[in-house]
Amino acid sequence: MSNFSEESILNYLGPYKGDGSAVLRSLQLVQELLGYVPDSALDIIAKNSNVSRAEVYGVFTFYSDFRSTPPAKAVVKVCVAEACQASGSASLISELHDKGYDIHKGNIKDDIQMEQTFCLGNCALGPAAMVNGAPIGRATCAKIFAATSAVTA
Amino acid sequence: MTKVFVPMDSAALSMGANEVAQAITDQATKSGLDVTVVRNGSRGMLWLEPLVEVETEAGRIGYANVSADQIPDLIATGLLSGSSHDSCLGLVEELDFLKNQTRITFARVGVTDPLSLVDYEANGGLKGLRNAIAMTPAKIVDEVTDSGLRGRGGAGFPAGIKWKTVLNTESDQKYICCNADEGDSGTFADRMLMEGDPFTLIEGMIIAGIAVGATQGLIYVRSEYPHAIDVLNQAIQIAIEHKVLGTSVLGSEFSFNLEVRVGAGSYVCGEETAMLESLEGKRGMVRAKPPIPALVGLFGKPTVINNVMTLAAVPMILADGAASYQSFGVDRSRGTQVFQLAGNILRGGIVELPFGITLGDLVNKVGGGTHSGRPVKTVQIGGPLGAYLGVESWDVPMGYESLAEVGGMLGHGGIVIFDDTVNMAKQARFAMEFCAEESCGKCTPCRIGSTRGVEVIDRIVAGEEQAKNLELLEDLCEVMTDGSLCAMGGLTPLPVRSALKLFPADFGIKVEVK
Repeated sequence: MSNFSEESILNYLGPYKGDGSAVLRSLQLVQELLGYVPDSALDIIAKNSNVSRAEVYGVFTFYSDFRSTPPAKAVVKVCVAEACQASGSASLISELHDKGYDIHKGNIKDDIQMEQTFCLGNCALGPAAMVNGAPIGRATCAKIFAATSAVTA
Repeated sequence: MTKVFVPMDSAALSMGANEVAQAITDQATKSGLDVTVVRNGSRGMLWLEPLVEVETEAGRIGYANVSADQIPDLIATGLLSGSSHDSCLGLVEELDFLKNQTRITFARVGVTDPLSLVDYEANGGLKGLRNAIAMTPAKIVDEVTDSGLRGRGGAGFPAGIKWKTVLNTESDQKYICCNADEGDSGTFADRMLMEGDPFTLIEGMIIAGIAVGATQGLIYVRSEYPHAIDVLNQAIQIAIEHKVLGTSVLGSEFSFNLEVRVGAGSYVCGEETAMLESLEGKRGMVRAKPPIPALVGLFGKPTVINNVMTLAAVPMILADGAASYQSFGVDRSRGTQVFQLAGNILRGGIVELPFGITLGDLVNKVGGGTHSGRPVKTVQIGGPLGAYLGVESWDVPMGYESLAEVGGMLGHGGIVIFDDTVNMAKQARFAMEFCAEESCGKCTPCRIGSTRGVEVIDRIVAGEEQAKNLELLEDLCEVMTDGSLCAMGGLTPLPVRSALKLFPADFGIKVEVK
């Protein structure tokens, strides 16, 4: 995934050339293409959007979705918001912690990365989780690892 | 041919609905059965998901909590003819939970195929838009004003007045922005409507465009809703192909284009001015008001910003008239509200009812109390910035003003239920922590106060100089309330203060709380 050229990114961002209002979308497109936003892409986006690198960096750091390093094969989002707290997310999170995953740090272990999120909109079937975009209701360790093994295999 | 419905709503998917749909198709092929699997939205009875329905002459028969490995057995015992089985619920529409509701905004959700425009029209869709096309813009705005529809995003501002402001503002370009950044924990109605009946939202936005003279619409959806984004994009494509969207809406002189924009994991972008900044590709920093977005909105142009639920109520208002919608509700809370029962709740999901049902009835009678079976200790209404209420508020009717009277806030209509194992000091601390995490950083009380708030609560719980620290917390809450531009900093004190007032013992408080 780290093999990319300036041309390929510029090609991808083509429709937004000179559009200063497309910084967020450009970052999203790069992340969609590469899985993360490498530092050099900030310069490419700045040039393409005709804004300063500082502005691009500002947008990049504001939004929690963006990552500066490649993600694991399986990215697990675990909800830490109120409705899931009421449904026992704390014990799920501590079980995951015992298995070596700190959702607050988002460390990678065995091609799996677990991250906290505030609400997945599945608040009546908590604790809620999501593995590479696929939702898991009434989440347990067993359900989560069954889903991750399907994508890391 | 037998029609079988398996929801493709995210909540249903989270319980294995895709696997169930696949198993039904596989089994039908294997046994040479003539079955069509329709992927509908969810009925909103989320504790029953995956809820499989079979169309019979008597009506649609439901089967609850179906799993893929049950399918061969279910089909062998007559699922396709609606025969009884342990998981059989009988006629879905006769279930108390559904039967006792007034489904207006959610009338089609779970009933129709979300991506079938034919289904949509056959069930009353596009009637409102056709009526609107035949009316003057001012008359459309009057209808919406007369209906009493108020913003469902939380602030409850009368939708018609907002529209009128945009209509009366001269500009070469105006925008309709749908706020679908449903970030409040305990709310999922926007997501379910977008996944289960996207054409309703699209129709509502086109009507808004015709009413105020806007030709471009944008739907700002949070990235945590990948499935809703996918369904909306497909629905927009279908609407374009059928000339519902585009240069000549349903053959009229009106033009309306619509685009989905995706958020990037920021709660504060649900605040309307932060959302505008984000739509302009910037950091989601809150703007000062005035000027209001209706005058100076997206790219400085007059902009209608409405929540999904607000815009989705519009087609029905234009189809059946303002008086019909206005006839529901209490006082100044007119129409229906889509309540969402969430958290530790036995029967969680969507409850659409006229305003006025009491909180206690909603939680206990409709929701059946907690999922854990333990007593309810508290409920939080209106998301992370909403107040905690105790069981002494059971008799409060659900409405904007009635909730405000007891220090609560309706917000987006989400209700999170907690049982008696919850520690309210932890919840208060979390409210401050969440604010620190999600603050855009523009206002000092919000940016710094939230971090100080966590520390002060920790000191109170640790029993350090409680009287002094309680005074400090109160002072901090006051500064945050009065000194923040938006609800992020301004309302974070609401859950904190209410938790402290209702459950001082959880904070280990030995002195009296004022």
